[in-house]
Amino acid sequence: MSATHQPSPLAKLEQKTIYEIIVKGKRIDDRGPSDYRQLTLTLGTVEKANGSAQVYLGKTKVLAGVKVQTGTPFPDTPNEGILTVNAEFVPLAYPTFETGPPDENSIELARVVDRGIRESKAIDLQKLCIDPGKKVFVVFVDVYILDHDGNLIDAAGMAALGALVNAKMQEWELKGGEVRYKDSKIPLPMLNYPVPITTVKVGNSLIVDPCLEEEQVMSCRLTVTTGKDDDVCAMQKGGLGTFTPEEIKQIVSSSIQKSRDLRTKIGSKVN
Amino acid sequence: MDGRRLDELRPLKLEVGVLDKADGSAYIEHGRNKILAAVFGPREAHPKHIALADRAVVRCRYHMAPFSTDERKSPAPSRREQELSKVIRESLEPSIMSEYYPRSTIDLFIEVLQADAGTRCAGITSASLALADAGIPLRELVAGCAAGKIDGRVVLDLSDIEDKKGDADLPIAYMPKSNAIGLLQMDGSLTEDELKQALDMGVGACRTIYEMQKDALRRKYHVEHDEAEKEEIAEVKA
Repeated sequence: MSATHQPSPLAKLEQKTIYEIIVKGKRIDDRGPSDYRQLTLTLGTVEKANGSAQVYLGKTKVLAGVKVQTGTPFPDTPNEGILTVNAEFVPLAYPTFETGPPDENSIELARVVDRGIRESKAIDLQKLCIDPGKKVFVVFVDVYILDHDGNLIDAAGMAALGALVNAKMQEWELKGGEVRYKDSKIPLPMLNYPVPITTVKVGNSLIVDPCLEEEQVMSCRLTVTTGKDDDVCAMQKGGLGTFTPEEIKQIVSSSIQKSRDLRTKIGSKVN
Repeated sequence: MDGRRLDELRPLKLEVGVLDKADGSAYIEHGRNKILAAVFGPREAHPKHIALADRAVVRCRYHMAPFSTDERKSPAPSRREQELSKVIRESLEPSIMSEYYPRSTIDLFIEVLQADAGTRCAGITSASLALADAGIPLRELVAGCAAGKIDGRVVLDLSDIEDKKGDADLPIAYMPKSNAIGLLQMDGSLTEDELKQALDMGVGACRTIYEMQKDALRRKYHVEHDEAEKEEIAEVKA
């Protein structure tokens, strides 16, 4: 059952100060309202994974790993490979992250990242079918939150994308119902590059890429994931506040722009 | 696809106060969706440590019955249901004056008996009525409705068959008087213009549903005056 979260650990006075700074159009780390933090993407940091990527977004650190294995397809999509996204809020990342089964926050994050990749058709899942109805490749994307300084969804989305772009799988062929692997390696069949952009509302101000303290004073957030043709492929509102329709339209427009910038940046890293 | 206009809602039926033991309840039929919502509370927080000093804790469970879908759904809560429980709670909490009930909980249960696309929105529409039926002070009723895209056209309120063939789904929960969107999700593919069009369409539909919600409450709480009382009222007015 989903319950109201415990209050922010920030002192009321501290919250008030941060709130007042943001409402004046400034940020506690001197950024402008629409400035993204420094993004560093490192690909292939974990050699045993098929693909991996580490994202530093300010002080937020997220690692994503991709593993490709074989499995049976879902009955309603016998000709398609399977994508699964999972997120771990590792206890070493934040004082209140606990061990145990994933809580609603990590489920939400994983599902938002999953929707971005799935709905933008980032992976050509039909190319991951081995034997229709019997055997397909399963792409596991596991997102590891290592250090939590806010905006985990964007960092996780970009780490997942980086890991997929970085992933190499063994070239294969089907001979007599058996999968034979060749020596050469091929990249995953990528078709799109979805980038999530999160904006939060504090008072009546909208700020992009919130750091942890900003998230603790926000009323709500909106994540907009955009693919390469500027098509929006996933959105998620979170938090206890509300947006007006006008604010949402404004956020969508600015997110499409921001997503384009970051996609170029990630693209230059990959090629 | 089922003969509706592009911006036409499926038939809706709302009923308030359908359960005996719950503090508040409501039943909705939205297209072929059949959903029950019940509210317990405000009641003492249990376990005690979850209580908040300055407001009530709102808890929400969205759940689908095993027989509600084409294929049997396992009764164990899926990741989807856990996510929806969270976003539904976040869409209704802004409407609840929870500050009046510190140290207590307000528990909200949404049971989908039959699913036909748009269950989260219909669930919100009914849950908001159940909250009102429980006598919990609300800033406003919350109405839910989805817009989407099918065959390249932006449409309102996709049914199950349409949703499976559709290109995009945009569920919205909205409070008309405060012009506030408490739930917004999207999956599929929409251009910026299509998205704005779908958003306006969904918000418009929420306004219509909001009026239906008010009617449902009036039907339940309308005081029947007998003839003698009516005469008395007429006399007083005269």
